[in-house]
Amino acid sequence: MPVFALVDANNFYASCEKLFDPQLRHRPVVVLSNNDGCVVARSAEAKALGIPMGAPWFKLKDEARRYGIVAFSSNYALYADISNRVVEILSGFTPNIEVYSIDESFLELSGFERVGYEAYGAQMRHRVAEWLGLAVCVGIGPTKTLAKLANHCAKKGLAGGDGVCDLTTIATTEQTGLFSKIEVREVWGVGRKISQRLEAMGIHSVQQLRDADAETIRARFSVVLERTVRELQGVTCLDLEDVAPEKQQIMSSRSFGTLIYDLEELEEAVASYVARAAEKLRAQDSLAGALQVYIRTNPFKPEVPQYQRAVTVPLPEASADTRILTHWALRVLRRIYRPGFGYHKAGITLLDITPRANQQLSLFASGEVAQSRNAHLMQALDSINARYGRGTLRLAAEGVAKSWQMRRGNLSPRYTTEWDCIPSAMAR
Amino acid sequence: MPKVALQAGPCSGVFVPLAGAPRLELPLDQVRVSAGFPSPAADYEDKRLDINEYLVRNPVSTFFFSVEGDSMQGAEIFDGDILVVDKSIRPRHGHIVIAFVDGQRLVKRLYQRNGRTALLAENPHYPALEIREGMELVVWGVVTGKFKRFGA
Repeated sequence: MPVFALVDANNFYASCEKLFDPQLRHRPVVVLSNNDGCVVARSAEAKALGIPMGAPWFKLKDEARRYGIVAFSSNYALYADISNRVVEILSGFTPNIEVYSIDESFLELSGFERVGYEAYGAQMRHRVAEWLGLAVCVGIGPTKTLAKLANHCAKKGLAGGDGVCDLTTIATTEQTGLFSKIEVREVWGVGRKISQRLEAMGIHSVQQLRDADAETIRARFSVVLERTVRELQGVTCLDLEDVAPEKQQIMSSRSFGTLIYDLEELEEAVASYVARAAEKLRAQDSLAGALQVYIRTNPFKPEVPQYQRAVTVPLPEASADTRILTHWALRVLRRIYRPGFGYHKAGITLLDITPRANQQLSLFASGEVAQSRNAHLMQALDSINARYGRGTLRLAAEGVAKSWQMRRGNLSPRYTTEWDCIPSAMAR
Repeated sequence: MPKVALQAGPCSGVFVPLAGAPRLELPLDQVRVSAGFPSPAADYEDKRLDINEYLVRNPVSTFFFSVEGDSMQGAEIFDGDILVVDKSIRPRHGHIVIAFVDGQRLVKRLYQRNGRTALLAENPHYPALEIREGMELVVWGVVTGKFKRFGA
């Protein structure tokens, strides 16, 4: 019988910010979304102050001053590096691991019963704390859905102890009591809408959903929710997805820091999104057969003139070449651009993605030599950018000034990914 | 993408390429010819030395810090050096450590004997920092090495 663990980091983004900055100890810290809009992560101190998730930062200025809340722009470079380190540590406990998100991983633990799952979970927790200074919680159960629920129990201190909750050791009668106390919306995969419908049916607690008739749930909701019910009953329906499926489309889009009126600036933005998406495309060794470009004004400002447009073009030949993709993206952009509007967002999507190995050559293809030369050039581009930082080498189309770049007013240093940003230590 | 152009030649039914039509170059740089004897050194090929391997024992828990100041020069740690800091090592008496005290990141030698905890400098001009009741000391990690690049 499989046994799953869900390990997730507490207040992950906020904890990363605190890691290298001694002035932030015991201070409430929040991390803001792109363009410094809303709160996307809170430290324990900020949670204790009642700062809600998703709150717009400009509405919190008073609280911020009163309580000394420190706000950071999202420092993805830092979070990604720390996240990779957590995954590396967890991989030392079992080879069967699914990285579910930047701060959550599922582990399959069958075979470790001799150690005792709870003790094993405690070891993971201690190692991550000692090696990285981060707190994680561990939930253990016979299905992924139960492991996620156990994690919730560990985090809220409902069951288990010291940040680890192992449902496999909790007796059924005790579980019934525990699950009766937890609201149904805490179940993995039960969103706000579904929980409202469930509550209308009289299903309020996890226990009630567990006791529900799976067939009825299937008929009234979906097979997905039926699977959730079975998983709550302890029937394994979901396995680890150990290999992330290759992306069928790659998107790159951002809101701009300030509105853009100029075609030239839009071109720079779109070219840089293409560069980013093409890099991802090459990282999975694939080619794109089509691309879409879209631009739009700010729909939340209905008082200004609105315009939006998205156009998809098939490429004459599947490609992962930044130059070719940029050429086509800019052609589309020039066609859909209308002057006189203040553009708030632009994006590109690479579509019709196929592995390079399955490449269908066109009758009038440019020939193997030219293609392999181009591939070499792109390889050089990627390795230079990987080594010296993204955007070191780029097409001139991406521009130099980047006035359109998103607002990240309070970005902490990239402590672990740039030599110029490593923390200093005082010898004074 | 080049366009292929075709044109009927003087004899009907025979096609000749237009002048200036795209040509396929021979990929000389990719043709590999193996000739002669295998290298006698092949059996002795070793991996080239890697400074990461020398300085970093546990990459997952290793971080780098830059040094500001001269209080640790007795331990051969100078201004501008880059320290290798391993968080997985449990700090003990005598270790050089990164410590968070009073909102500052410090590099000091950890003293822990007879109930006395202090952070010592390695320079007579700097006094020891005694950790007294009520003070918060976080020993962040243990310094395991250092390196520096010269401006040559």
